Amino acid sequence: MSRRVVVTGLGALTPIGKNVSETWTNALAGKSGIIKISQPWAEGLAAQIAGLVTVDPFEVLDRVSARRMDRSTQLGVIAVKEAWVDAGSPDINKERLGVFFGTGIGGLTTVLEQYDILNSRGPDRVNPLTVPMIMPNSAAAMVGLEVGARAGVHSPVSACATSAEAIAGALEMIRNNRADIVVAGGTEACVNRLAIAAFASMRALSTKNNEPQIASRPYDIDRDGFVMGEGAGALILEEEEHALKRGVKIYGVVSGAGMSSDGYHIAAPEPEGAGASRAMVAALNDANAKATDVAHVNAHATSTPVGDIAEYKAMKSALGNALDNVVVTATKSMTGHLLGGAGAVESVFTIMGLKEGLIPPTLNLKNQDPEIKINVAKDEPYKLSANANFALNNSFGFGGHNVCIAFSKN
Amino acid sequence: MTDEQIVSDLAVILNEVAGVDQSKVSADKSFLDDLEVDSLSMVEVVMAAEDKFGVKIPDEEVKNLRTVGDAVAFIKKAS
Repeated sequence: MSRRVVVTGLGALTPIGKNVSETWTNALAGKSGIIKISQPWAEGLAAQIAGLVTVDPFEVLDRVSARRMDRSTQLGVIAVKEAWVDAGSPDINKERLGVFFGTGIGGLTTVLEQYDILNSRGPDRVNPLTVPMIMPNSAAAMVGLEVGARAGVHSPVSACATSAEAIAGALEMIRNNRADIVVAGGTEACVNRLAIAAFASMRALSTKNNEPQIASRPYDIDRDGFVMGEGAGALILEEEEHALKRGVKIYGVVSGAGMSSDGYHIAAPEPEGAGASRAMVAALNDANAKATDVAHVNAHATSTPVGDIAEYKAMKSALGNALDNVVVTATKSMTGHLLGGAGAVESVFTIMGLKEGLIPPTLNLKNQDPEIKINVAKDEPYKLSANANFALNNSFGFGGHNVCIAFSKN
Repeated sequence: MTDEQIVSDLAVILNEVAGVDQSKVSADKSFLDDLEVDSLSMVEVVMAAEDKFGVKIPDEEVKNLRTVGDAVAFIKKAS
């Protein structure tokens, strides 16, 4: 009998909320977190809209700790602190405590700041903490220090699939008996001139600069790219017996994970969604579930013309006719695309959705793309039937990384 | 500049960079043992002190600066 893994704590810092409670309330209300970037640095960029976190990390974190972290790590640590307290600040043997936490882009804010200092003030003014602030494992390492994890600290890097892959890794870490609790999730904070110029140069971003709140519109016929967001999500994964012994609340079960790679292109998704479909099927198999068990999918759905269609084809291929009874939502319509933070934040939405029986609506879906034949929650929260017990969360990343996490209520 | 002024300015830097309680900073305190300034933070403190006092503190000197008083003496000599 394999060790079952449950979720005992949640944390989220997003463009629509400073914590899980506010993020969830605003998601159900269908609020957009996308704004026009009014600072001078955005001038001349093709895309001048983004989803920004409204919390100042220096007001929340210890000031000296904060100045030793890149912004991406700051946001990650804030989300983890919330999740850790939510899980009852577990008193655990730290050798049984692990971390799986990632970022897609990493410490780009710090790279840019220090490169400016290098050029303007010289090499001897480069901050001695630059390397620990920009290394891709920085957020995971700081989270590890925050909770004192000694079973292992891991940092998957798979672009926008990163934090879903972190949850998959955390699940395996507990199943394999390397840990009883693993802090899982991911973060991103790269709303800056270079990152926006670079994503825009790929033609990946929406350029609806004068209508920020309707720019992110997954499945809509007028979608024109994703909107960048910043933020972080964190989940406390715990072996079920361990959680029951502690007597803490249990949000739900991480019942399986599936991963695959496209082997197709460095940025474009495989157009038939074959790789994504294989990840979804693998997640179902891992969870010992059937397509007909699936009540809900929180889709990757970034609002790009090709990506949303490829994912639809993947869903159709993986679930077949059972897809007709599935309600899909695309929460990036509200948060924007949190890149390395997306999978974790959307897993928070998926778990909360199952637990409360309510699925947040997809914003801005006025004219559904006729090629995408799915039931999308829109206009208002969709009420799941009382026996709905099983949901999937898809996350895909540049490089052809596909991750699907399966959650169940019990 | 008096010793007291330099100590007071260093206290501000130590607080900013390493979170050291300014009231604990005095000439007899060791950066590492008393104020818990680790080696990476010490690099930052040196950078900020160079900017503040307009001096150059070479790496080979930094290892001789065990206490706040050592730093005050060096800064007075160099400025």
